[in-house]
Amino acid sequence: MTSRFMTGLLLCLTLAAFLLSLMAGKVWIWPMSWAADNADGWIFLELRLPRALLGLCVGAVLGLSGAVLQGYLRNPLADPTVLGVSASAALGGVLAIFLGINLVPFGLFGCAMIGAGASILLLLAIGRGGGPIGFILGGMVLSTLAGALTAFVISIAPNPFAASEIINWLMGALTDRLMEDVLTALPFMAIGVLLLLTTGRALDALTLGENGAKSLGIDLFRLQWLIVLGVGLSVGASVAVSGVVGFVGLIVPHLIRSFYGEQPSRILVPSALGGAILTLTADSLVRLIPGPGEMRLGIAMAVLGAPFFLLLLLRYRKGAA
Amino acid sequence: MNLNVQNLGFAHGSTATLEGINASFEAGRLSVILGPNGAGKSTLLACLAGLRMPNSGAAKLGDEDIAAMPAPTRAKRIGLLPQGAETHWAITSEALVALGRIPHLRGAGASADDRRAIAAAMHATATDGFAHHPITQLSGGERARVLLARVLAGEPEWILADEPLANLDPGYQLDILDLLRQQARGGKGVVAVLHDLHHAVRFADHVVLLHQGSVFAQGAVDDVITAPNLATVYGIDALLSKDEEGATQLLIKGKMRS
Repeated sequence: MTSRFMTGLLLCLTLAAFLLSLMAGKVWIWPMSWAADNADGWIFLELRLPRALLGLCVGAVLGLSGAVLQGYLRNPLADPTVLGVSASAALGGVLAIFLGINLVPFGLFGCAMIGAGASILLLLAIGRGGGPIGFILGGMVLSTLAGALTAFVISIAPNPFAASEIINWLMGALTDRLMEDVLTALPFMAIGVLLLLTTGRALDALTLGENGAKSLGIDLFRLQWLIVLGVGLSVGASVAVSGVVGFVGLIVPHLIRSFYGEQPSRILVPSALGGAILTLTADSLVRLIPGPGEMRLGIAMAVLGAPFFLLLLLRYRKGAA
Repeated sequence: MNLNVQNLGFAHGSTATLEGINASFEAGRLSVILGPNGAGKSTLLACLAGLRMPNSGAAKLGDEDIAAMPAPTRAKRIGLLPQGAETHWAITSEALVALGRIPHLRGAGASADDRRAIAAAMHATATDGFAHHPITQLSGGERARVLLARVLAGEPEWILADEPLANLDPGYQLDILDLLRQQARGGKGVVAVLHDLHHAVRFADHVVLLHQGSVFAQGAVDDVITAPNLATVYGIDALLSKDEEGATQLLIKGKMRS
């Protein structure tokens, strides 16, 4: 199968998943009632459309970030969740709410993005020289620490309503976001994605290790900042608007590699598409689970992602032995 | 164009320090940097490759300071085969060799020039037979040749190789040395850091012997690899003789008794 055909297929699947996300739910809304002036039309415009757009963007951002981080760290277990980037963005967001910075325009977004960017810098400082597993251990440290600090901030939150609001947001979901929220997040994600898409050639060069890449004229300092900014903006914005949706960036690049090969630059765009497909489909499925409420997307992804991580870990341990 | 090292000094953290290094490497020769562990061989090579900034003095390509050259220009002219044969991801041999063209790439795809250079490099190293195999499935010797082809694909004027023979079987070591010598005969400048004195004796056109961060001796093989020099620098008792074909033979008898 040529990669051009695969990319075409992924584009079609993305479109299909997007349409599914627009239609699926406790109430199915078919395309003919999208423009209707009744409850269906209203649900479509106010609930489904923002939710589907968000799923598309958040999924693409997470899939791409995972692919870029794996290439950059030369570690197939890297992903914004595993590395603690998402947890740090969440901590930034929680602090913003606690300190009232979220009342300033872009306050919540800014803090989440700073949290995400700073976590990568910290990670590079902790994990460097620790070999392939060094960054994963560094990420565990970061996400545990960020989780603990987040819990601490919630526990000292002045009013219980704010606390439950924060917890609700943290669990990760695409539900009930206003079109306004989506439109605020979009430019940040777009800039982040564009920055990340320029890293392909440098990531390829890193296949030869840092000295090999440098000898090919790659500026690793510039690359590091591209990734800090790109992941910071895109993952920060996605956490700010939808909480922590985990493991998309871990699962998707792996599946993509089995079709596109392992060259880092070749899996960037497909991973973004794959991330969108996975997130949109999972978010449609959680709506269809019978019962009064609906399962949180963040929880569903964690239930799916954690065993996947274990599977990969076992596979690489076997490979290394 | 020659590579010239002028009064070069380097000190940084735990890396081996260099002091007052003066050396000259000519194109068309296989030059070998020798010295015991920690003598500063890799550090010197990293300065020649522009990966490390000397604290004093300079490494120059012709009249140009290598450390001051723009990275893409430098990458086109000086190719480095780094220590450790590091590779990640199961990409094909051909895709790995193509990485050598990165300094030449303009815009998106590979040009006809790029494809020609990749094919030529794979042909020269006899790696075209497994162009489409993932590098993870190659033997150590095959991988070493693919990595060398990666450097050749960039068509650099200079090839710097940092311990290119590490972890290779004797036959594969000779393959790589032969390839490096071929490149030198073809007019390129080649500088290799080697550990094995026998290889240096057999293959080097020029030797720079480092000792504790300084040049202990440099010049032709017979002038540098001498029993007294080896005794001082490596602390070994060596016997050098000429065989019936006039080639130098080295026999290491043991450690020096003090």
